[in-house]
Amino acid sequence: MPKQIILAAHFPGVNNTTVWRDPDSGSQIDFSSFVHLARTAERGRFDFFFLAEGLRLREQRGRIHDLDVVGRPDTLTVLAALAAVTTHLGLAGTLNTTFREPYELARQLASLDHLSGGRAAWNVVTTSDAFTGENFRRGGYLDRSLRYERAAEFVRTARTLWESWPAEAIVGDRDGGRYVADADPGAFAHHGDQFDIAGHFTVPRSPQVHPVILQAGDSPDGREFAASSADAIFSRHGTLEAGQEFYRDVKSRLARYGRHPDELKIIPGVTFVLGDTDAEAQERAHHIRRQQVSPQTAILLVEQLWNRDLSGYDPDGPLPAEDPDVTADTISRGRAGMYPDPVATARQWRTLAEEKGLGLRDLVIEVTGRQSFVGTARQVAERMNHFVQSDAADGFILVPHLTPGGLDEFVDRVVPLLQERGVFRAEYTGTTLRDHLGLGPARLRPRRK
Amino acid sequence: MTEKTLHLAVALDGLGWHPAAWRLSRAGASAPLTARYWAALAGEAEKATLDLLTIEDSLDLQSSRPDGPDGRADELRGRLDAVQIAAQIAPLTRHIGLVPTTSTTHTEPFHLSTAVATLDHISGGRAGWRPRVSARRAEAGHFGRREIPVLDPARLDEPETLRLVGDLFAEAGDAVEVVRRLWDSWQDDAEIRDVATGRFVDRDRLHYVDFTGRWFSVKGPSIVPRSPQGQPVVAVLAHSSVPYAFAARHADVVFVTPTDPGHAAAIVGEIRAVEETVGRGGPPLRVLADLVVLLDETPTLARRRRARLDDLHGARFTSDASLFSGTPGQLVDLLVEWHRAGVDGFRLRPAVLPDDLTAITRALVPALRERGLFRAGYPGGTLRGLLGLTRPASRYAVAATA
Repeated sequence: MPKQIILAAHFPGVNNTTVWRDPDSGSQIDFSSFVHLARTAERGRFDFFFLAEGLRLREQRGRIHDLDVVGRPDTLTVLAALAAVTTHLGLAGTLNTTFREPYELARQLASLDHLSGGRAAWNVVTTSDAFTGENFRRGGYLDRSLRYERAAEFVRTARTLWESWPAEAIVGDRDGGRYVADADPGAFAHHGDQFDIAGHFTVPRSPQVHPVILQAGDSPDGREFAASSADAIFSRHGTLEAGQEFYRDVKSRLARYGRHPDELKIIPGVTFVLGDTDAEAQERAHHIRRQQVSPQTAILLVEQLWNRDLSGYDPDGPLPAEDPDVTADTISRGRAGMYPDPVATARQWRTLAEEKGLGLRDLVIEVTGRQSFVGTARQVAERMNHFVQSDAADGFILVPHLTPGGLDEFVDRVVPLLQERGVFRAEYTGTTLRDHLGLGPARLRPRRK
Repeated sequence: MTEKTLHLAVALDGLGWHPAAWRLSRAGASAPLTARYWAALAGEAEKATLDLLTIEDSLDLQSSRPDGPDGRADELRGRLDAVQIAAQIAPLTRHIGLVPTTSTTHTEPFHLSTAVATLDHISGGRAGWRPRVSARRAEAGHFGRREIPVLDPARLDEPETLRLVGDLFAEAGDAVEVVRRLWDSWQDDAEIRDVATGRFVDRDRLHYVDFTGRWFSVKGPSIVPRSPQGQPVVAVLAHSSVPYAFAARHADVVFVTPTDPGHAAAIVGEIRAVEETVGRGGPPLRVLADLVVLLDETPTLARRRRARLDDLHGARFTSDASLFSGTPGQLVDLLVEWHRAGVDGFRLRPAVLPDDLTAITRALVPALRERGLFRAGYPGGTLRGLLGLTRPASRYAVAATA
């Protein structure tokens, strides 16, 4: 049997990938939008639905960023509600460890795992972001160098809590008057640098025992954390070659932790545009990129690289002649830094603009947000399958550009072709997300007695 | 004499409020871990057009002792997160209010605010929230960020204890204040989708809440757009003067625990007085009396079932709320009397689930309707609407137009 493709559906987020100015763009907050996307994904037999998280509205030049979608619901609350209107689809959410405590988050995720019958997943994110910290009790106390230490200890602690109730703890023996087999269920202790807690967990062992752990960081520390602790990586490697290199690197790290390469799935986030012909798809792709990069957004994206106020610039005029300001604080807050070497990137952009005779906005359209898969349904199915069969990925997290109907066409047209090729399930064969992903049962630590 | 109709809520917890409930419940021992169980209870409550249901929660394991687990294997132990349960129920119901309990002591006000606002979006304006304080040492040990000593129930008037309880409620007050400010931080019309200027929101209609207090500071604005009710309903369980004042300052609904009509009248009097003292604005608190209820077709059957449960428990069950056992008709008479004493309605705690909930919905509610004391259906609208509370304007919108 050929390697099977993993597919996940990302609810359109708060960056300019999401096109809100299209007449077909629906509500970003009405529950019906979430239901539509989740049910579409389930109709397409997807592995899971994915919801990102934001804990502070983004700002640019000291003001709330207003050009992209602003505002979103609470991740866990939406996932629990979606559990009621879906039956097989995994339910994954980003949840930041910096502004949460293991006991609370572990019980929320274990509760979701119970209520969904074993479909919960958690994308572990850790920030050292004092800007977001202004919304929380403990602020931005986490040193940047401790990010992965905290993430790893958080996950270890959560797993300790998830394992704290033995299997079959609830016996419910009415005649014998025994509700639980063990009179002290859920006892746990964790003593570490980040957390020092002990007591009893409230949630009996959940169907997956360990909800699925995703990890999204790409630094060496992030890769190492994924290799030691995660079930899947939400990666961002666009080309076949970059994907293969990442895949080899990360999978090779697993042996050190006594893990098999199949125990960590690599699932890049990707975009797609379909057409009846290749030319039509290319045309639609170009149209979408123009929608994604409005004149105002073009200025803003250039500001993010240049780190200067460019509000007086003409979107159809040339790029700034001077180099980016790398000395000042970043003018964009609440999002991850995108450019490791801004001066070099700015010079590349200027060179390209001159070569092709592009104005500022057209240059931005050229260099950012190029869709991953553009073509007919058949072409897209072939390319995606090629990616997976050549070990550049184990599957994809699809990021539609429209809410809520952005996945409809993919499910109607591409999924059947993948099923025909025998590389994607025609029906769900398991019930839990671990089943869908082929992860096998959670590996538990030996119990202390 | 025509009487005002009363409000009716049901409090859901485990397999019922009697510690031996699981021994007699028709549901399986592990049912409270399943979505199906909660959906069925909510559906039953909604069929009888109850105003709202509450879901209990706590950040420690159930115990009969104030200082930690009691090691009893013969009672129900373990529970799911109440907000997760409420969210799961929301798409399966259409009218009933959903009021999960959360702690304000070890949690982040920002997360509480966004979770309840999201519940309001998902349910189309039916969200409520019952904040409670975590005064037990075991809960503190699960977070490891502060010490809370064991409180001796017999010596609650010691100065140290009074200070601790005062602090916990003051912190809870700050939490509710922050949560409400965050609910207001987006004006209703903040999302503009103005293609000409490329703006999705009008940022002048988004507001920092800039709260600074003893326990936390929160900048804002919320990440969640303003929800259908503007501000979901805040409900507080209160037994004495400190929580009465907390409720008068911060809540829309208060659950109280009188023992008889005279006591009910006295509590309502005390609450009205404290509303005055704290300078409460807006509508007065909706006062609902809590009662544990055990219902059967005859008084003898009810008495026997209660004796059977107490026997299985090994002691006579008492709780913070009075326990009524008898027929639905007898309960109607009692509710009428307490209602006349001044409470606006009741939050009934079924002794055994789903059995005593079914008795409430299929026998008690029809009897109340016959007496003209309870609605025949849902009028349509939000939980605030059901409770006769208007939708508040965002405080920031008011300030902006003043």
